[in-house]
This record gives sequence, C-alpha cells and structure tokens, in this order.
Amino acid sequence: MSVSTKNPPLAATAKDDSQVRQKQMIAAHYARLARASESGEKNVYTFVPGNLTELLRSFDLLPVLPEINALQSGMRGKSAEYIALAEKLGHSEDVCTYVKCDIGMLKSGNVGPTGERLPSPDLLLLSYTGCFTFMKWFELLKQEYQCPVVMLHVPYQAEGRITDSMRAYVTAQIRQKLIPALEQVAGRKYDEDRLKECLARSAQAEEDLVWVLQSAKNRPSPIDAWFGAVYYVGPIFSAFRGTPEAVEYYRALRVEIQERLTKKLGPVTPDGMMTEEKYRLVIEGPPNWTSFREFWRMFAEEGAVAVASTYTKVGGMYDFGFRHDPERPLETMAEYCMGCYTNLDLSTRVGILTRYMQEYEADGLLVNSVKSCNSFSAGQLAMLREVESRTGRPVGFIESDLVDPRYFSASNIKNRLESFLQMIAQKRGGAA
Amino acid sequence: MQYCVGIDLGSTTTKAIVVDEQGKVLGRGITNSRSNYDAACAVAVSEALHDARFAQIAGELEGRGIDADRRAAWVLDLERGFREQQYRAQLAHLDGALQRALREHGRERGHEAELETALATILARMAAEPRELFAAGANRKSDFFRDLAGSRYTEHAGMLTRVKSETLSFDALVGLFDKAILDVEAKVAARSDFAEHAQRAAHELLERSRELEQAIERAAAVPMEEVSSVGTGYGRARLPFPRSRIRSEILCHGLGAHVMFPGTRTVLDIGGQDTKAIQIDAAGIVTSFQMNDRCAAGCGRYLGYIADEMNLGLHELGPMACKSTRAVRINSTCTVFAGAELRERLSLGERREDILAGLHRAIILRAMSLLSRSGGVRSEFTFTGGVARNLAAVGALRKLVHENYGEMTINISPESIYTGALGAALFACREWSHRELAA
Repeated sequence: MSVSTKNPPLAATAKDDSQVRQKQMIAAHYARLARASESGEKNVYTFVPGNLTELLRSFDLLPVLPEINALQSGMRGKSAEYIALAEKLGHSEDVCTYVKCDIGMLKSGNVGPTGERLPSPDLLLLSYTGCFTFMKWFELLKQEYQCPVVMLHVPYQAEGRITDSMRAYVTAQIRQKLIPALEQVAGRKYDEDRLKECLARSAQAEEDLVWVLQSAKNRPSPIDAWFGAVYYVGPIFSAFRGTPEAVEYYRALRVEIQERLTKKLGPVTPDGMMTEEKYRLVIEGPPNWTSFREFWRMFAEEGAVAVASTYTKVGGMYDFGFRHDPERPLETMAEYCMGCYTNLDLSTRVGILTRYMQEYEADGLLVNSVKSCNSFSAGQLAMLREVESRTGRPVGFIESDLVDPRYFSASNIKNRLESFLQMIAQKRGGAA
Repeated sequence: MQYCVGIDLGSTTTKAIVVDEQGKVLGRGITNSRSNYDAACAVAVSEALHDARFAQIAGELEGRGIDADRRAAWVLDLERGFREQQYRAQLAHLDGALQRALREHGRERGHEAELETALATILARMAAEPRELFAAGANRKSDFFRDLAGSRYTEHAGMLTRVKSETLSFDALVGLFDKAILDVEAKVAARSDFAEHAQRAAHELLERSRELEQAIERAAAVPMEEVSSVGTGYGRARLPFPRSRIRSEILCHGLGAHVMFPGTRTVLDIGGQDTKAIQIDAAGIVTSFQMNDRCAAGCGRYLGYIADEMNLGLHELGPMACKSTRAVRINSTCTVFAGAELRERLSLGERREDILAGLHRAIILRAMSLLSRSGGVRSEFTFTGGVARNLAAVGALRKLVHENYGEMTINISPESIYTGALGAALFACREWSHRELAA
C-alpha cells in the first residue's frame, strides 16, 4: 500500500466554463419559477426518472423536480430540520427521506435552493411508477395543493426489454391522458413540431453527455463518473433537456473534458486535481448528499476514482444507444420512461455492471446502499455476488442515506471504504 | 533480536504481537484501551515484549538438565510473581498520583485532611493484597490495572465511607481515583523494569533457583530492536505510525485467521463495537466482507451492558448462560431494548441463566445474518474476537451454523483476541522483507 499523496488545493483555479454556465442556468430557472405568479408562467412538478421534460417545454411549462430540491436541501444542510418537521407532522422514520425533506421544505415556506420561493404546482406529473413512493409522494402533494395530477402507469422491464405492447401502452397514455391535461394547464394546443425540435436538441445533448461519461475509459480518467458526474447529469435529468442551453452546456463540457484528456489530467475533486489514479471503481447506487464533499474526499484521498456509475443513469440510460428520436416523438418518450436504470430487471442491471467493470477496466465494484431508496437497494447484495462471480473482481458494500444526516456514519463508512480499497490492493499484489 | 510488531487498537482492548523475521510469534501483549492511544499502544507492545522475554527465559532453561515440568512451573510462577511486582509498582505510582490529585482537587471537595487519612488507609489496605490477588489459582476480576485496582479501591472506599464518617464522601474518593488513574495509565514501563520485576519475583519464589536467575539475566540482556510495525483497529488513524503502515482490520483479521488455521475460508469476528464477517481465499486474501454499520447492537458491548445490568463481571456471563436448560427467546438485539427485556423477564420470574442464554443467541443470530450477507459460512470457519472467549456465544454459534450450513470445522483459538494483531504483525513482517529485498 502506497502512501496517499494529498492533492494540492485548487483555490487559484477559476471555475470551468461549464460549471459557471450550469450555475447560471439553474439560477435563471429558479428566478423564473419565483416570478411565475406575476409572469403567469405555469409549472409542473415531476420526477427525475424517465421524465418528459421535452413535452413540458414544448408547452412552455416549467418543470420543478422535488427530488432535486430535496438533494439540494441535503447539500445545503437544511434537510435535518425539514425531515424533523415532516416527522413531527406524522411521517415515520422509515419513510423515504427525499419525501420528508420535500414535505418539510414545503411546510417551511417552499423556499428553493436559491433562496427564492417556489410556486405551487399547476400540475403534478408522474411519468415513472417504478418507484411506488413517488405515487404516495404526489398523493401527499395533491392533498396540499389541490391541483390536478396525471400518473402514467409505466410497465417494469421484467424481461430486460421493451415490447411493442409496452411501448404502445405508454404512448397511448401520453396521447390520451397527458397531452389533453397539459393542453388544459398550458391553455394551448399540442404542437408536435415544437416537441420534435426539443427532442432533436435532447439527442444532441445526450450524444455529448455519453461522450463525457465514456471518457472515463481512459487512464487516468479525466472525470469522476459518480461524484463529479452528478453535476454533469444535472441539466439533462432536470429541467433543461430539450433546451438550447442544455445543448450548449454539454458542448462546452465536452470541450473541457477533451482538453483534460489531451493533457492527461485526472478528475477535479473537492481538494483539487487527483494526481494519481490508484483505484478505478464502478459504483452502484446514489451518493449521500448531506456529507457529499466529505464522502467524495474519502475516495479522493485514497486515489479512488469512479469510472462508471449507475446513479448517473437514474434519469435515463443513454450509454447503450438510446437517443430521443424526433421522428417518433411519443414512442421515444415512452421508451425513455421505461428505460431509466431502476426500471430494469435485476439481471439486466447485473449485465450493465459487469459490462462497466470490463469496459472501464475497473478494479472493483462498490455498492452504496441507501436506506431511503428500495428501487435501488432491493436486490443489491445478490447483484453484488453475481458481478463478483462473473468478473472475479473485488466487491464492497457501504450503507448511508440520501438526505438524512443521521444515517451517514463517517467513521464506519471510511472504515469500510479503506478496507475495500486495501482488499483490492491486496488482491492486486497477492500479499502486501 | 530484531522483531516486527502488529498492534490492534480496539475500542475495548489494545493488543500487540511481536514476531521474528520468519513471522514466528515471540510474544503477545494486551491492555485496556484508553483515551491516550499512544500510551495504550506502548503498554501493549511493552507487554508483548515481556511475554517474549518469558519465552526467552524458558528457552534459556532448556538443555540444562532441568525437568521439563519443573521448568514450566518455574516460568509460570515467575510470570505470576512478575505480575504481582508490576501491580505493586503501579500501586506505588497510584499513591503518588492520588496525592497529586488530592493537592489539586482536594480543597474543592472539602475535608482535605479527612480525605488524606482515608487515602492512606485505602492504599495501606491495597498494599497488603497483591500476594493474595496474584496467588496461584486466584480469581481476579480483570488483569488490567485500572479494573483490578479500581475494584479494590472502590470496595475499600465504600467500607470506609459506610462506617467511618458522614462527612467523608465516597464520590470524592472515587473522583480522586478517576483523576489519578489517568496518570498511572499514561506511564509506560521502562525497559529496565522487566529485569527488576522478574528478579524480584524470582527471589520471592518458594523454590529459589540460580539457573532461573541467570536465565532472567541472559534473557533481559538480549537487545530487542523493532524493525517494522503495522497498526490496525478502530483507533488506527491515531496510531503513532505513518499512513502506509496502517491496515484495515478486515485484512488483518483475514490474514491472522489464515495463519492460525490455514484451512480458514470464513472468519467471524465479534469485537467490542463491531462485528465482521470475512471471506478469504486459500492464501488468506480477503475476497469479501460485511460489517455492522448503522447500529452496533449485537457486538461485545452488548454483553458488557448486560453484565452491568445484572451486576456481573463480563467473564461470568458465559458460564452462567451455559447452565441454562431452556433459553428464553429474546427478539431485540438493540442493546438498550435488550436491557429492558431482561428486566421484564426477570420480573416475570424467568431464570437468569435462561435469559442470558437467550441474549447470547440473539447476538449470534445477528452475526448469522451478517455472515449470510457476506457470502455464507464455508468450511473451515474461524471465530475470533473477544466474544469468541465466551462459551455460551460459542455454543449458540455452533448450533446455528450446524442448523444452517451443516457439519463443518469450526476453529476457535484460545488466542483469538489477538487475531487482528497477528495479521498486522505479519503485514509488518512482509513490509520488512520487501524493504530488505529492495535494499
């Protein structure tokens, strides 16, 4: 085991253009939401997995993503008080902490991550029913806001593929249920040409995102495909897919990563650039948000970089070829709804993880099992064993939570992580 | 003699093992963990070196025409006498530390003169006890000075405050001990202490022997040089080693178990605050592991808590549980809830033995879940950690392993508490050979 070298701080380094751009996009979006009551712009609350941002944008409706608000609250240190408030209102300790964080935020004035008040929803749109909690979550929000709700029933990919009838089933719901509801909320007719333009822009951004994520196949990887990549997937999974800003963002990001690749630079971590890549990991599961930087630092200090992760596919899977297809607008959206990572059966997920291990030349697979999310956690141990037996490479398991700080035990997590990394080193060296 | 050392700094105890360049164990040392991690490590290493010296003494006595049983008895008696001398030296140190504590804090507690007299009485009584405490076959509450001296001190303080005076406070006396003991625990034995204590012990043996005294002289004169060290355990980040010499407990327990029992494939370690289920390959390399994470229920501390609740010593729990005829089913592995369940069962008239048997089973059930998550139990199965010394826990484990996985070899070493330290020492040994090869 070699001595870990602390990376030099990056205080003097200016923020990358893509980071500045993303921050501006987010700020502008929340400012627009805050002004919605005056401007008369309508908004739709919806979730990240398999969302239909292009369709909303084609109606000039503004998306609001409650999970993103919850994770932002977690990162800003607000989630503990929000969760405590939700528990006080009767939501038990075992409920998903995203839900409680959102409810707590709502009851505290619904102030979003930029400090501005979020508007009440004009519509609640659930386009992914793989997570049962989402349904209950919107049920709670419906009681609160008394607004219309559209829930699409999205079939699970139990056999690892989308059949014609599954596609037709979801497409019909979009056409017959969702579009009329959106027309009513927006006060305008469905415009397929506008939708097609949005979808074409989505495909363009998706192409660049996939290129960025796959840059981790290089040694050293120029990106961290878990901690770092949660920023990269931000615009595409949230309110911006299908917009010109998203296209520009991903183009700029690609140029930046290309430059890092040319210079053979490692990823930028909270403490600066990683100077030596010692461990290449595939990560399954979401990160923890309440101690995000501390958690990342634990990896960075050991020279461990995520080269592929499944969380960055939580909105939708692009890396095995899916792109939004403007020529089949409703069908392509139906496929997107059904194609997000947690809607895939366990054997497909094992196949994906195994491919990642091989294609990204990873040293090991690490699972971060979060208490809140059974869509991710159910079956993870069995998947872990299967990947281990298929690849013969070390696997590790840590436990935390999304936004409840009570479930992030730093010393225990560090202990497990170090043990896992030393296990990789031991296996590599045969002894020491 | 050059040696490598492995230190396992656990939440309850700190263990050290010294090995020679071939990885052969020379000595083992253990002490209670304390707030001063450096001192805990130094004391554990010093104890391991003492142990190594006794092995050297035994070696020195060989081939001199002395009967093997007699030699063994000499060394055993010598060790016992040595511990007594150590205890006496620490008592003297405690005396000084108590006087300092009295000067610093006595006034605020009031009745300084009365406290001083009481301390003198307590210490005089304690000074008269070591022979009996360390007599052959004596049953000591603990071998750690803090526990042993602490229990004697509080007993004498209790007697004094009960009968002598209404103004002399038990709490004030215990408060002074709590301050003074930190000072005593921070002191690490000087190297010369070994020869001094051992010779004094030899002089006081019933059967005095010139051969033994010479063997002590020769053994004590062998220079000991530490060439490599590796640390592990919960406090490993605080160990006085560079980062590169620190290994995870998982790796150390895996390797330690492999060396103790080379056929080992699955290791279960139940320590003070964590339980580890580890799978290893034929070379002792870890292939997978699971640890308790969000909760420390079902670990060694659980038993400590139960012992306190029942006003028993930790080592008394196992034997009492073994007397059970019908184990009570205890569902809760939450330490605090188990305490509540324990009291309720007692009030319902259940036998203590049966309740204890149920509590031991509850711990092992939790460990079984961890084992299955790590990949199951494969033969040979090695059980390590402080709880492996508890016969009731071992009995419950054997039964549950048999029920769930069938017949298999289950290994438990009497030295199982040292498994992590042994692994660390062997990593130190490998590190040394790599360094030697590179040079």
